[in-house]
Amino acid sequence: MEELEALFQGFALALSWYNIGMMAIGIVLGIVIGVLPGLGGPNGVAILLPLTFTMPPTSAIIMLSCIYWGTLFAGAITSVLFNIPGETHSVATTFDGYPLAQQGKAGEALTAAFTGSFIGALVAVLLITFLAPLVAKFALKFGPPEFFAVYLLTFCSFVGTGKDPFKNIISMMLGFGLAAIGMDTVSGELRMTFGWSELLRGVDFLIVVIGLFGVGEILISMEEGLAFDGKSAKINAKVVLETWKKLPRYWLTLIRSSIIGCWMGITPGGATAASFMGYGIAKRFSKDGDKFGSGMLEGVIAPETAAHASGTAALLPMLALGIPGSATAAVLLGGLMIWGLQPGPLLFVEQKDFVWGLIASMYLSNIAGLIIVLSTVPLFAAILRIPFSIIAPIIIVVCAIGAYSVHSAMLDIWFMVLFGMVGYLLKKLDYPLAPLVLSLVLGDRAEAAFRQAMMGSKGAMEIFWSNSLVGSITTVALLMLVWPVLSFAWSKLGQLRSAGGSR
Amino acid sequence: MMRFTRKLFNKTSLLPLSLAAFACAATLPMQAAAWEPTRPVEVIVPAGAGGASDQMARTIQGIIVKHKLMAQPMLVMNKSGASGAEGIMDVKGSKGDPHKLMVAFSAIYTLPIAVNLPFNWRDLNPVAMIAMDEFLLWVNSESPYKTPKEYLAAAKASGGNFKMGGTGAKREDHIITVALDKVAGAQFTYIPYKSGGEAATQLVGKHIDSNVNNPSENIAQWRADQVRALCVFSEHRMTYKDKVTKDQSWADIPTCKESGVDVEYQMLRAFFLPSGTSKDQVTYYAELLKKVIATPEWKEYVAKQALKEDYRTGQDFVKFLEKDEAFHTKLMTEAGFASKK
Repeated sequence: MEELEALFQGFALALSWYNIGMMAIGIVLGIVIGVLPGLGGPNGVAILLPLTFTMPPTSAIIMLSCIYWGTLFAGAITSVLFNIPGETHSVATTFDGYPLAQQGKAGEALTAAFTGSFIGALVAVLLITFLAPLVAKFALKFGPPEFFAVYLLTFCSFVGTGKDPFKNIISMMLGFGLAAIGMDTVSGELRMTFGWSELLRGVDFLIVVIGLFGVGEILISMEEGLAFDGKSAKINAKVVLETWKKLPRYWLTLIRSSIIGCWMGITPGGATAASFMGYGIAKRFSKDGDKFGSGMLEGVIAPETAAHASGTAALLPMLALGIPGSATAAVLLGGLMIWGLQPGPLLFVEQKDFVWGLIASMYLSNIAGLIIVLSTVPLFAAILRIPFSIIAPIIIVVCAIGAYSVHSAMLDIWFMVLFGMVGYLLKKLDYPLAPLVLSLVLGDRAEAAFRQAMMGSKGAMEIFWSNSLVGSITTVALLMLVWPVLSFAWSKLGQLRSAGGSR
Repeated sequence: MMRFTRKLFNKTSLLPLSLAAFACAATLPMQAAAWEPTRPVEVIVPAGAGGASDQMARTIQGIIVKHKLMAQPMLVMNKSGASGAEGIMDVKGSKGDPHKLMVAFSAIYTLPIAVNLPFNWRDLNPVAMIAMDEFLLWVNSESPYKTPKEYLAAAKASGGNFKMGGTGAKREDHIITVALDKVAGAQFTYIPYKSGGEAATQLVGKHIDSNVNNPSENIAQWRADQVRALCVFSEHRMTYKDKVTKDQSWADIPTCKESGVDVEYQMLRAFFLPSGTSKDQVTYYAELLKKVIATPEWKEYVAKQALKEDYRTGQDFVKFLEKDEAFHTKLMTEAGFASKK
């Protein structure tokens, strides 16, 4: 119970008016940053980092981590309302969130997303509170083969999710191709840049996401008669309470996504990977799996819970090992060092006040965050009432600014336009966009992990079964991959048998 | 119509006047001895957020704000794409912009050689170098090796089964690894990771046998007694005598050379302006950095990161760059890292 004592000391520290004020400021800023596509958590935290140099470190990290929670919450808002993910980890939220908004259930979708987020965060904070040292040791078990196995599992859990697995695979391969552009860190050589130095940095997936979803969606809406389908969403306490009443039904999804999220946050897989995996697995195991994509509440909860659990859990390896579990955590890590704190195995021993103050603030700020986001929803839902001809140009401008701000490069805006057209075409041809985004986000990391593993084993594939951890992940991944084929064969066999019996 | 022509007329009559004003403005900087930034200064970090270069830039930013050393604000921008080529090419392309400062490290030599990047440090305007970063040979503290000779002998005996982890391919860590192979016949399998932090945890998790991280990248693990420092790749021992772990200070770590492994490598930490900037502008930033490195906060920072203080500017700095470039070219060519055209 040593942890509980330390935690309560942390609460005493975090519960000063100054710190609570910082919490509120952080969350509101985070929501603004999270709503704007392109301007993501890492950028936001990096821009505001210098402001915190003069603050006490505990207050500084409370404010910066609150920005992070704010972005994690708010990414869902534009995903649900406009089918434009504000953050990359909310791409998977669009799949069911937007159809719900189109049915006039934006309020339900947002409430479910925020509450799922909150539960995911809560599970992750509990994990950090009680199991930090243990979990930190687990993270050290991950070498290149283990990382590759995790990525493989994410890809495999996604292949069978669409209507047409082959279209899924084609879309995924396109993503891998795009991910390969730029410098290859394993060999140090350039690939597919065709001597064009603008292509050196590769195609940033943020730009592709803004183009495919943001611009692509606007193009589709234009064709369908210049109006968002979303009926103006009513949000009031009643909608929130009614949605909460439905949530216990999805307890299994909530638990599953929380576990996936914590795991992906600790083993640096990232919130984006976690959200896709959460969605993919929920779809595979839900009894309404085939209705996913048509506006299922479960399809909103699954990715949001996983994303927020992962974003929160990502702070653990940062604090305990000095390795950031996400891009935002990497920026926070830099901040820690500037404030004179050395993240690493000794931080929990030497800087008790700081660590437990931060952990206590995670409980408080997620509660505060939930209240703030729920109360801003009517504001965002009101945007739906603005006529399309006014809001669409504004969205395009915001998208363009977002695309530009990623690398401060004009070329990226052209890429955004290009991917907008690609997104439109793919939607018309009924190709799913999600696998493309997924493989673009994780493609180069999966490739690097695979090649690092191969270098270590001198080309022997047995390395993926070299210990029980990597062996079981790889096996589960492969099972997921062939599952659709197996179940198809099984049902065919069943039909044959019954046909045989009747004869 | 009438009004329109009059307007036009007025405009043309104004032209000589504005020309005169322009000429006046142009002579102004010459009269005032010192140049000063007139808008926010961007510091381009050609490396990821949270890494060593980024931390240094943000620490300097903090010091400048705290001591009010510059009237204009300073923005730190990470342009880490393509192992930093993104940031380097961005500064190269900003000819004549005195409000863009780049943090440089050895990528300015290694990138052009490894990937044929159309860049040379002479495309920029050297401002000043402020420190040298050290590299050390680290092993897991549970491994039996206490000296570099023992370790390298074991690596040699394994016939290429020892894994060395490092940041990226064909960069400083890789160069040192190849140099070790050459000196001791170690035949390491080099595994490139994304960052030094990753290489540090991979060593603690025993996924690799050693790394050659900077002090700042491994200090946390060293203090927690998870890794052991075998030697430092520099001519002299580090000077910081305060105990960092229970029984060791940075100064207690022997140099590789005194341990019988003749490999030396250090990396510059320096600042550049784009080309086409004036001497006054270079002087301004060189003086600014001089003020920064005199502050107690900076002294504390270098001690913590075990950086070797080494301030050079002007001709002295250029000479250093020329020598350092030749050294890198030789190492990279010998290692076979030069890209085939």
